[in-house]
Amino acid sequence: MIENPMISFPLLILFLPLLSFLILIFFGKRLPRQGDWVAVGSIVFTFLLAVYLFVQMLMNYNPDFSNSASISWIDLGAFKIDLGILVDNLTIVMLLIVTLVSSCTHIFSLEYMKGDIRYHRYYAYLGLFTFSMNGIVLADNLISMYMSWELVGVSSYLLIGHWFEKDSAANASKKAFLTNRVGDIGFFIGIMLLYSAVGAFAFSPIFESISTGESIAGATLTIAGLGIFMGAVGKSSQFPLHIWLPDAMEGPTPVSALMHAATMVAAGVYMCVRLFPIFTPGALTVIAYIGAITAILAAITAITQNDIKKVLAYSTVSQLGFMILAVGTGVYTAAFFHLLTHAMFKANLFYCSGSVIHSMHHALHEAHDHDTDPQDMRNMGGFKEKMPITYYSMLISTLAIAGVPLFSGFLSKDAILAGTLAFAQHHPEHFLLPLFGFSAAAITAFYMFRLIFMTFHGKPSMKSIFKDIHESPTAMTGPIVLLGTLSFFIFYTLPSNFNPIKDKGWFTDLIVPRNSSVPGSLTANEIAEYAHHAHYLAMGLSIAVASIGILLAVLMYQTKTLSAKNISARFGFLYDWSLNKFYFDENYNRFLYQPFMRLANTISWIDWEFYDKYFINGFGRLTKLFSNASGKFDYDGIDQGLVDGFGRFSGIAGKVLRNIQTGRLQNYLLFVVAGILVIIIAQAF
Amino acid sequence: MNNIDSYLFISSMLFCLGLFGVITRRNAIAVLMGVELILNAANINFVAFSKFNGMNLDGHIFGLLVIVLAAAEAAVALAIIINIYNNMNTINVDEAAELKR
Repeated sequence: MIENPMISFPLLILFLPLLSFLILIFFGKRLPRQGDWVAVGSIVFTFLLAVYLFVQMLMNYNPDFSNSASISWIDLGAFKIDLGILVDNLTIVMLLIVTLVSSCTHIFSLEYMKGDIRYHRYYAYLGLFTFSMNGIVLADNLISMYMSWELVGVSSYLLIGHWFEKDSAANASKKAFLTNRVGDIGFFIGIMLLYSAVGAFAFSPIFESISTGESIAGATLTIAGLGIFMGAVGKSSQFPLHIWLPDAMEGPTPVSALMHAATMVAAGVYMCVRLFPIFTPGALTVIAYIGAITAILAAITAITQNDIKKVLAYSTVSQLGFMILAVGTGVYTAAFFHLLTHAMFKANLFYCSGSVIHSMHHALHEAHDHDTDPQDMRNMGGFKEKMPITYYSMLISTLAIAGVPLFSGFLSKDAILAGTLAFAQHHPEHFLLPLFGFSAAAITAFYMFRLIFMTFHGKPSMKSIFKDIHESPTAMTGPIVLLGTLSFFIFYTLPSNFNPIKDKGWFTDLIVPRNSSVPGSLTANEIAEYAHHAHYLAMGLSIAVASIGILLAVLMYQTKTLSAKNISARFGFLYDWSLNKFYFDENYNRFLYQPFMRLANTISWIDWEFYDKYFINGFGRLTKLFSNASGKFDYDGIDQGLVDGFGRFSGIAGKVLRNIQTGRLQNYLLFVVAGILVIIIAQAF
Repeated sequence: MNNIDSYLFISSMLFCLGLFGVITRRNAIAVLMGVELILNAANINFVAFSKFNGMNLDGHIFGLLVIVLAAAEAAVALAIIINIYNNMNTINVDEAAELKR
């Protein structure tokens, strides 16, 4: 088993980052260069292993390829947990994404995090994160997936709070962790529901058991599916738990690129794709609506944000909404396709923003300006000439995310929108789903070009620092160029297709949708058939909406034909809502946290003032009283009365009895005679 | 004189007199005399039961043995009394209350 490279290589990919984490966390400080070469070396090696697996996959070109291995972890007879890994095409592609973006992040951080006070810990945590993310990807059962899921949450917490001296970072890490917990509770409930019905944690027995329809079906299965989906809502930052992701931007920018854009937040989507066969049509409808609402809300919010990372954060939430929407409408391979392309261009967008922020930071530092926010786009502008590599790479990724043909995002987004449109064509009552989807696509194009124009075009808004803005060093531009290149469509349509508007390629050949296990669901073929029919309409529409979005952005921010101010004034409340992120945090605070705090305070008051003071202390006082009484009884009654009384009685009796011991023989004789007489008389009767 | 009752009556009278003497007398010699009376009361009993209840000569032999025993006892007892007198200069049994100490 272990000799098979399809098993041993993934295991190496899984455990090498863990090894790097252990080395760095214990010895990192003492190693030369604080041990960053350990982390970078191990992650690049795992990336090469992943490339090997990927090449193997392309050479096999077998859509049904699957390999698994497991060891028994807990065996209590009736209760068994096996830990295992499952390696199929989905896993290999995901491993490639994780290790590629992780490698880029490691290299990018060499420059970005230079001189950081906790440099070695930063790399250690990156290793821990990569280990746990690979754990999710490789899991062949719900328990090991859940364990890795939680580990990912921990490493996310540690990395968001890397600069924990800043209150905002510390709070953001707590918020991210706790919000994720809410979703994870649902995930765990779902796992337990499935386990209690099926009696197994591994995926394949669960799928088989569901397809028979005997162990679990109907409403229970829907609830189990929604419970598991709740985990994805938390981790993939879906409405209504999306509030943590924008705050998570408090972490270092490479971390945002790796975790809060490309891989960790995609874990929820990956899990939904992996577990797609368990979702009932009812559960899928809920999933689709959650995704659609997330996509449109986050897109609207992104329009008015001025922090460059916040725009990208909301854009990520919106794109994740797209993926979840695709899962909900049944075209889950499209969701995974979008995950793949999105990981590349969104990670790149974050690196580019990191490059800009890095440069801003230095320029502000040179100017001794410590009050200006280096992330605020209103302080940028005109960086195009100063940072050409960053600009062109970011432009390519922006074209990709906006869904312009020739770029990767077009293919995947188009597949999703076609699936959504097909779903609505067959279920006209769900017309809102494609409506939200296409609107979000249009808005995406708009706010992304707004970002480009505000940052790189126009006149510099802060002339004082403009002279110090310069291109970032090679360690940072390298990943930017690499990932920017990967935003072209051609990498996803090889080897057979060179048509930029057709998504056929290695991906669609090797990652094929499977039928749902739930009896009565549409088969994968039917879904693909419907999506195929909607394909050209969806393509036309998506090109149209992307053009509208880009055109609006050009008019408002480049040529300034339309005044952004006037339009925002006209929209009034909508602008206000968008700027304030739909008041989610405020409302959660008012309607959730505050009442909860009040409840907690009340309970603590009752606990302290009433329960503690009267019940617990009263109990103590009562015990004291009782023991006093008992002590008194013991001392006065038992000790003094009974025990000492016994002694006193013996003394008195002895004193009385000694009087008959006269010492006179004749007295004794008299007693003897009297005794004999008594006996004789007693005998007589 | 053909009736056992009269013998027993005399022997019990003798026993009671002897007992009375033993209990009431202060003089050790008198106490010893009381003991002799008790022994003789027992002798009368032996002889009487021997005569009326077909014990043949057994009772007489026991009587003779008791007389010998009484003589020996008297010798021992008188020796004790002389020793007491030598030690305490008295033969009053009340004063010889060494047991009480």
